[in-house]
Amino acid sequence: MAVLTYRDALNQALREEMQRDDRVFLMGEEVAEYNGAYKVSRGLLDEFGARRVVDTPIAELGFAGIGVGAAMVGLRPVIEMMTWNFALLAIDQIVNSAAKMRYMSGGQVGVPIVFRGPGGAALQLAAQHSQAFESWYAHIPGLKVVAPATPADAKGLLKSAIRDDDPVVFIEGEMLYNLKGEVPDGGEHLVPIGRAEVKRAGGEVTLVCHSKTVAVALKAAEELAAQGVDAEVLDLRSIRPLDEAALLASVAKTHRCVVVEEGWAFAGVGAQVVDTIQREIFDELDAPVLRVTQADVPMPYNKHLEKAAKADVPKTVAAARKVLYLE
Amino acid sequence: MTATASRGRKPAALDAETAGRLRGYLRQMMLIRHFEERAGEAYSLGLIGGFCHLYIGQEAVAVGTISALRDDDHVISAYREHGHAIARGVTPRAVMAELFGKATGSSHGKGGSMHIFDAGRGFLGGHGIVGSHIALAAGHAFASKYRGQDSLTLCFFGEAAANIGAFHETLNMAGLWKLPVVFVCENNFYGMGTALHRAAAIEELHQRAASYGMPGQAVDGQDVMAVREAMDQAAARARADGTPTLLEIRTYRYVGHSMSDAVHGTYRSKEEVEEHKRRDPIRLLAELLRERAGMPEAEVDEMEQSVKAEVQDAWDFAESSPDPDPSALYTDVYAPEA
Amino acid sequence: MATKVVMEALSPTMEEGRLIEWKKQEGETVAAGDVLAEVETDKAVMELVARAGGVLRKQLVPAGATVPVATTVAVIAGKDEDIAALLGNGSAAPGAGAAKPAQGAAGAETAAAAETAGAAETVATAETAAAAGKAHPAPVVAAAPAAPATPADGGRVKASPLARRIAAERGVDLAGIAGSGPGGRVVQRDVERAPVAAAPAAGAAPRPARALPDEGYADEPLTQIRKTIAKRLVQSIGPVPTFYLTAEVDMERAWDAREALKALGPEGKVSFNDIILKAVATALRQHPACNAWWQDDHIRYWRDVHVGVAVAVEDGLITPVVRHADRKTLREISAEVRDMAGRARERRLRPEEYTGATFSISNLGMYDISHFTAIINPPEAGILAVGGIIEKPVAADGQVTIRRRMQVTMSCDHRVIDGATGAEFLRTLKTLLENPLALVW
Repeated sequence: MAVLTYRDALNQALREEMQRDDRVFLMGEEVAEYNGAYKVSRGLLDEFGARRVVDTPIAELGFAGIGVGAAMVGLRPVIEMMTWNFALLAIDQIVNSAAKMRYMSGGQVGVPIVFRGPGGAALQLAAQHSQAFESWYAHIPGLKVVAPATPADAKGLLKSAIRDDDPVVFIEGEMLYNLKGEVPDGGEHLVPIGRAEVKRAGGEVTLVCHSKTVAVALKAAEELAAQGVDAEVLDLRSIRPLDEAALLASVAKTHRCVVVEEGWAFAGVGAQVVDTIQREIFDELDAPVLRVTQADVPMPYNKHLEKAAKADVPKTVAAARKVLYLE
Repeated sequence: MTATASRGRKPAALDAETAGRLRGYLRQMMLIRHFEERAGEAYSLGLIGGFCHLYIGQEAVAVGTISALRDDDHVISAYREHGHAIARGVTPRAVMAELFGKATGSSHGKGGSMHIFDAGRGFLGGHGIVGSHIALAAGHAFASKYRGQDSLTLCFFGEAAANIGAFHETLNMAGLWKLPVVFVCENNFYGMGTALHRAAAIEELHQRAASYGMPGQAVDGQDVMAVREAMDQAAARARADGTPTLLEIRTYRYVGHSMSDAVHGTYRSKEEVEEHKRRDPIRLLAELLRERAGMPEAEVDEMEQSVKAEVQDAWDFAESSPDPDPSALYTDVYAPEA
Repeated sequence: MATKVVMEALSPTMEEGRLIEWKKQEGETVAAGDVLAEVETDKAVMELVARAGGVLRKQLVPAGATVPVATTVAVIAGKDEDIAALLGNGSAAPGAGAAKPAQGAAGAETAAAAETAGAAETVATAETAAAAGKAHPAPVVAAAPAAPATPADGGRVKASPLARRIAAERGVDLAGIAGSGPGGRVVQRDVERAPVAAAPAAGAAPRPARALPDEGYADEPLTQIRKTIAKRLVQSIGPVPTFYLTAEVDMERAWDAREALKALGPEGKVSFNDIILKAVATALRQHPACNAWWQDDHIRYWRDVHVGVAVAVEDGLITPVVRHADRKTLREISAEVRDMAGRARERRLRPEEYTGATFSISNLGMYDISHFTAIINPPEAGILAVGGIIEKPVAADGQVTIRRRMQVTMSCDHRVIDGATGAEFLRTLKTLLENPLALVW
C-alpha cells in the first residue's frame, strides 16, 4: 500500500483511466497549463496533450453542456468544476440535460460523464464559496452522487465514476486534498458506487457521515470512547444511490443514530437518512435520530462565527450523548 | 454574407437532377406541413397532451438544411422539432406515436412532443430548456473532432435563444476551438409573444458571429434552395477544418407559439400573418417547379394525396399502439445493470 | 449530600401513589432504610424508605396527596445544607425539566448521581430494583386486567420504539416503568433494568433477586402450526382466543376426607378450595402443557407450579400466588392461602406475592354459583372456574342416587392449549378429586 494524498489519489485515478480508455478526457477551468486550481490534474497535460486535457474559458454552463453533448455520442468526459459553488451556473446542464437524457429519450441516449470538484466549506471563504451541494444533486433521479473521505476511496470511486454509464456528481473536499492515507497499489482499485463503509465499528450509536465529516465523526467516536461510549462510524461514500442496507444494518445494531453532514439541515442528506431509518426499522430505534449540520445561515466570514456554523466534534459528541440519554 | 440569397435568381430551366431533388423537398415539406396540421387536430381532440409547438410555415428551413447532411452527422433541436425529426428521416409513425405518448413512439412515450429522439439517425432531441441544447451541439461536434472525424452537428434554435448565456458561451468555445457545428437560428421574429426588436439589441443576429470568430449569414428561410445553398457552404467549412457557422434563417410561423396560443393575438396582427403567408415556402417551391421544371399541377395533387395517406397511417398507428407498460415507469432512469 | 426522595414505583403497574401518612417529620434525623412514609399503590399499602441518611429537611407532598411515580416528595440533607437548588424543581411534575430517575433507583437519586450518569448508576439501579423485589410482570387482577396504565400526564405511555419492542418480547408492562428519557420516555435501558419474571436474554439485564429458580421453565419456539393456530384464533376471537371445558366432579369422597380432617381438630380444618388447589397443582405437574405462558413468539412451559387464587377484595380482585403448590402439603397450602387472603383484603400483600402464577383458580362456590367461566390472566394459559358443591340426583350403576357434585370450567388459551390437552388435564383433576387419597400418594 502506498501512502498518497487525496489529491494525488485523484490524480492517479485520472491518469490510469485516461491511459486505459482514450474516450476519457478532462475539461475545465485551469486544468491543463495551470495544472489544476487545486493541482489535481498536475502533469496530465504533459502526458496526454491538449486534445485530452482541455482548458476552458470561464463558462460553466457552456463547457458542462459540451461535456454532456460529447458524452451523448460516446465520449467519457470528466468535467472539473473549480468548485461546486460555480457549478450552480451549470446546474441546468447537470439536471436538465445529463440527468434526464436517458429517460426522455426512452433509453436511447445515455450520458456517461463525471462532474467533479471540491465542495463544502474550506476556511473563511464566506457565503458564496462555502456550500455543500450533495443533497441538491442527490435529489435528482438520473444522477449518482459520491463524496469520498479518504485517498483510497477518492481513487477507487473516481475510477468507478469514470467507468459508470450514467452521470456522476463527484464532490471532493478542498480541505481533504492534503489528507494522506493508504491507497491500494495497482490499477484496479475500484470502490463501487452505492456502498457505504464502516470506518469504525461500534455498538451503541451510529455516526453517519460522508466526505469531510468522516474525520469529524471519527474524532467524535474517539472522544466518546474515552467517555465509555462505543460509537460506530458509517461513511456513506455514495449519497445516491444510498447504501440503505449498510445504514439499516448498523442502526439496527446500535439502535441510535446521529447524522453528521456539512450541508444545511433542510431537506439535506440527513433528512433522507432519517426517513430511511424510521421507515424501515422504526422498532429498532431507542431515540429520535439527531442531525449535526451547518447552521441554518449563509456561511459567515469571521472565523469564530464560521466555526460556530460548522458541524464539528463537540456538537457530534453532544448529539451522540443525547441519543444515548446521557445528557 | 448578407441579404437573402434567393434574390436576383434568373428563371432558367432546372436540370433534371436538381428538379428531382426539389420534388423530393417539396414532398417532405408537404409531409411536415400536413403532419403538423393533423397534430394540431389531434391535440384539439385530446389525443396529445402537454405542450405542442407546431412548425407550420418554417418547413423550408428543416428541409433545406437537413437535406445537406450525411448519415454520420448529428442533428439537435429545441422543442419545435417535429419537422426537423421528419426531415431527418424519423418516421411520421414514430413521431406521431410519441406525441400520442405511446410505447411505439420514438422515445417510447417518455419524451413527448418536446423530446423526439432517434439516436440511430443521429437525431439527438428534442430539448425543452431554451438555448441549453446549443451547448450540447458543441459537445457532439467536440466528439467528432476528438475522434478525427469530419462529421458535423446541425443545431436548430429560435432567435429568442440567441439572447441566452448558453448561446454566447457555446459560440465562443465553438469559434475558439473550431468545433464543426452549423448553428441554425430560425428567426421567426417572435420569441413566444416577444418581438425580436423588443428583445435584441441588434436585430441582425447573424452579425453576432463576428464576436465568436465564425462566419455568419442571413438566409431567406422561405426559399428552400437558398437555405440549401447556405447550408452547403457552412457544411463544407465545418468538414474542412471544423469552422462553425451561424446561419440566421428568416422565416415565419403561421400558428401560435404553442397550442394554447392564438394564431395571431396580442403581439401580432392578422394582417401580418396573412402578409407572410403570401410567401409560403411550399407554394413558392411548387411554383418554381411548375415554372422551371414543368411540373404538372396534378403532381402536386398526387403528392398531397400521398402525404395525407402517410400521415393518416401515422395517426392510425399511433392511436392503435399500446401505452407503455406500467413497468416502464422505472426503466431508463439509469443504465441497466451490466 | 442532599438527596431527593421520590415516589417510587412500588408495584409493577404503579403509575402514581397516595402518600397515606408521613412516618418521619421535617427536622427528624433519618437513616438509610428508615420508613419515611406509607404509600398506597394500585395494589397495596407499601413503605417508602429512605435511600440515604440525614435530616428530613422538607416534605413536599402532604399526607393524603396522590402523586405520579418519580415525583420528588421530600428532601433529605445535612442539617444546614443548602437545598434551594433541589427545591427549585422538587415539586415539578415528572416530565418537566430534567430526566426522571430510573425505575427502582428513584429514591436513591442524589444530586451528584444525576450528573454522573453511567455504569455506576446502572448497577445501583439494578440492585435497588432487585431489593424492591419486583420480580414478576404478570398482571395481578384475574378477572379483568387492570385498565391500561395511564401516565401522570394523562396521555399514552411514552416509550421509544425499541423499548416497546423489547417490552413486548419480554412481557414487560411499560406502564410500570419509569422512563429515564426526555419527558419520561421509557427507553431501552429502562426496560432492560426493569424487573422481568422471565430470564432476560443472556447477558442482558441483571436478574432480579426474587426471580424464579434458574431454568424453572423451558421456552419452546413456536412451530409453524402453533403460529398459524395462534394467528387465526386471535383474528377470530380477540387477543386471547379462549375456549371452555366443563367437567362435573363427584365430591363425595373429598367431602368425607375434609370431614375426617376436620375431626382431627381446629388445625385440621381445610377448605374445599384448598383441596381443589392441591388437586390442580398435582394435575398441572402431570400436564405441563397446561402450566405455561403465552409469550408472543414462544411458549414458556414452567417446570414449577405456582397457582394463583383469586380473592375478592373491597374494590376488586387480587390473586395471591401459592408458589410450588405441587410440592406443598394440603396443610401448608391451607395456611398460606388463609394468610395471604387476609392480607390481601388489608392490601398488605407484597408484589411478589401476587405475581408469577403459572395457572389460576377462581372459586365462586361459596356464592352458590353452580357454573361460570373465568377470564384468563395473561400470560397464563389457563384458569379454572370452580362452582359450588351441590347435592343432586345422579345415575350410577343403573341407579339414581343423590351425590355431592361440583362443576369446574377451565378457560384455555387456545394458542397454548388444545381441546384434547385441556380435556386430559381435566380428566386427571377429576380423578384426583374423586380419589383424594391420590393427592398424598
